[in-house]
Amino acid sequence: MMTRRTGLLAALAALGALTFSPAMAEEKKDFKIAWSIYAGWMPWGYAADHGIVKKWAEKYGITIEVTQFNDYVESINQYTAGAYDAVTVTNMDALSIPAAGGVDTTAVIVGDFSNGNDAVILKDGATLADIKGRPVNLVEFSVSHYLLARALDSVGMSEQDVQVINTADPDMIGAFQTPEVTAMVTWNPMVSAIVKLPGATKVFDSSQIPGEILDLAVANTETVKDNPDFAKAMAGIWYDTVTLMAADTAEGAAARAAMGAASGTDQAGFEEQLAATKLYAKPSDAVAFVTSAELGAKMDHVRKFLFDKGLLGPSASSPDAVGIALGDGTVLGDGANVKLRFAPDWMQAAADGKL
Amino acid sequence: MRLINLHPDRGTRLVLGLAPFGALMLAYLIGSAVRLAANPADKLLPALTTLAASIERLAFLPDPRTGDILLWADTLASLARLGWGLGLATGGALAIGLAVAVLPLARAALSPLVAFVSMVPPLALLPILFILLGLGEVSKVALIVIGVMPVMTRDLALAAHALPREQIVKAETLSASTWLIAIRVVLPQILPRLIDSLRLQLGPAFLFLIAAEAISADAGLGYRIFLVRRYLAMDVIFPYVAWITLLAVLLDIGLTGLRRRLFPWSELRA
Repeated sequence: MMTRRTGLLAALAALGALTFSPAMAEEKKDFKIAWSIYAGWMPWGYAADHGIVKKWAEKYGITIEVTQFNDYVESINQYTAGAYDAVTVTNMDALSIPAAGGVDTTAVIVGDFSNGNDAVILKDGATLADIKGRPVNLVEFSVSHYLLARALDSVGMSEQDVQVINTADPDMIGAFQTPEVTAMVTWNPMVSAIVKLPGATKVFDSSQIPGEILDLAVANTETVKDNPDFAKAMAGIWYDTVTLMAADTAEGAAARAAMGAASGTDQAGFEEQLAATKLYAKPSDAVAFVTSAELGAKMDHVRKFLFDKGLLGPSASSPDAVGIALGDGTVLGDGANVKLRFAPDWMQAAADGKL
Repeated sequence: MRLINLHPDRGTRLVLGLAPFGALMLAYLIGSAVRLAANPADKLLPALTTLAASIERLAFLPDPRTGDILLWADTLASLARLGWGLGLATGGALAIGLAVAVLPLARAALSPLVAFVSMVPPLALLPILFILLGLGEVSKVALIVIGVMPVMTRDLALAAHALPREQIVKAETLSASTWLIAIRVVLPQILPRLIDSLRLQLGPAFLFLIAAEAISADAGLGYRIFLVRRYLAMDVIFPYVAWITLLAVLLDIGLTGLRRRLFPWSELRA
């Protein structure tokens, strides 16, 4: 009887450990990358479909599984929970979800920044100041919310002056056409559809805060430390694909058309979104940005917003609670609790042709 | 002795009933401890102390930004929507169900429509509701009504149909009018079924409520869960799920009590 009971207990313990075991870093050969549909991340899907992922994985003798998520937040949550080794994410969400959740995360690739892809749109209003007193529909705690805070800040207002209403992103275009919605903050491809609706005016967009909404590919720090080949393969895949995508050739156009189709639009629609994206097509440009003092100033805005909204965790007593290691070697915030790292190493290797 | 004849006594039954809960709890605690040992800031399976601190923050302390106590503000917003939705659905189901059951003309006109509408998946209608009725309270209440009313209507009509035909004939021989038969013969006998039907629709009603709140809201139980999901705050989600379950259980018990009190004879059926 006793043995049976302890056996049961052991089985339960094993079950618990199996079901909920966190990602343990070690040397391994099989890696998983999660990505979701967004202009700046479409190269991942293209690379997976066109053998570029396979080529680089084979070069380093590893396997890389690239999975597309229809739900962006779910892809980050899966990464944070340890089911994936890498994920595509914005700098803000990388800080508030995995990093604030204690998962040490390294930005392997800084792909681009939003340069107009995110926008504040008003109905029957000419300037941003007209937003005062209106309900604003947006995805709460997303980069849209951040953009609104920065926009209001730029005209001396605060969130007290508006009423934020959380609205799911697939419903934005429909919602804008209902009478009670008069102000909205959202991102592309919705923005380009909404500004074409009657009465819609774009009053603020992310090109007015350049370099603050970054699109990254991040990986678990322990994983890339123990398996640098994985990060090298990521950089190889990325710059191969991006070079092709940015090329003014027939192959480049075909790649853009394929990525446009995969994101529910066409080549022209995709190129319109790319125009509102500042792509770091050359790895040297990305390295220059990541190692500049500018990055620290941008991340400072982001972490203050997150702290202000309570997104660095209930126990965070200041924006310093989660440390951010910048590309120039300095640390923003608590040096003993660095959980988000900008590492130029692999982008540098790509620039030097050392992959 | 054969296993099928082995009946547990009272104490054993209690232990066996609680065992699965205990096993789940234990698996949670072990999983939580394993994850927290690897990463003290892990959010997926928070420790009991973290859960307790979150519950205190949500249910007893005012939110620093809005000054509201979040759990109560969310609960009030959600229960108001649920109350309106279920109230309208119950009223509508009673009126249509009674008419369909008593009047052959109404049955011919309405019952195909009700049968048809009850087959429409309500969640698939959600985008249409949001366009037609806007993102405000009306569309959320409408989703609940559309989701639960057709089922309740059909259920009531069936219950009325099951009444012995002889009762109706008897009332007619006593020269009762159609109205009197509906109000004095049929209605009292289907009211207990109305409450039971409402009870069974609590689960779907909560489902529709949370689905609607997840899409657009500024307060509500579903709104909070889908908001904090963005940053994996399981310390908020677990207590909210437990609270929603508790609310549904209490409503269920309350409705059963109400039926027993109002219609003590309805217990005899079983």
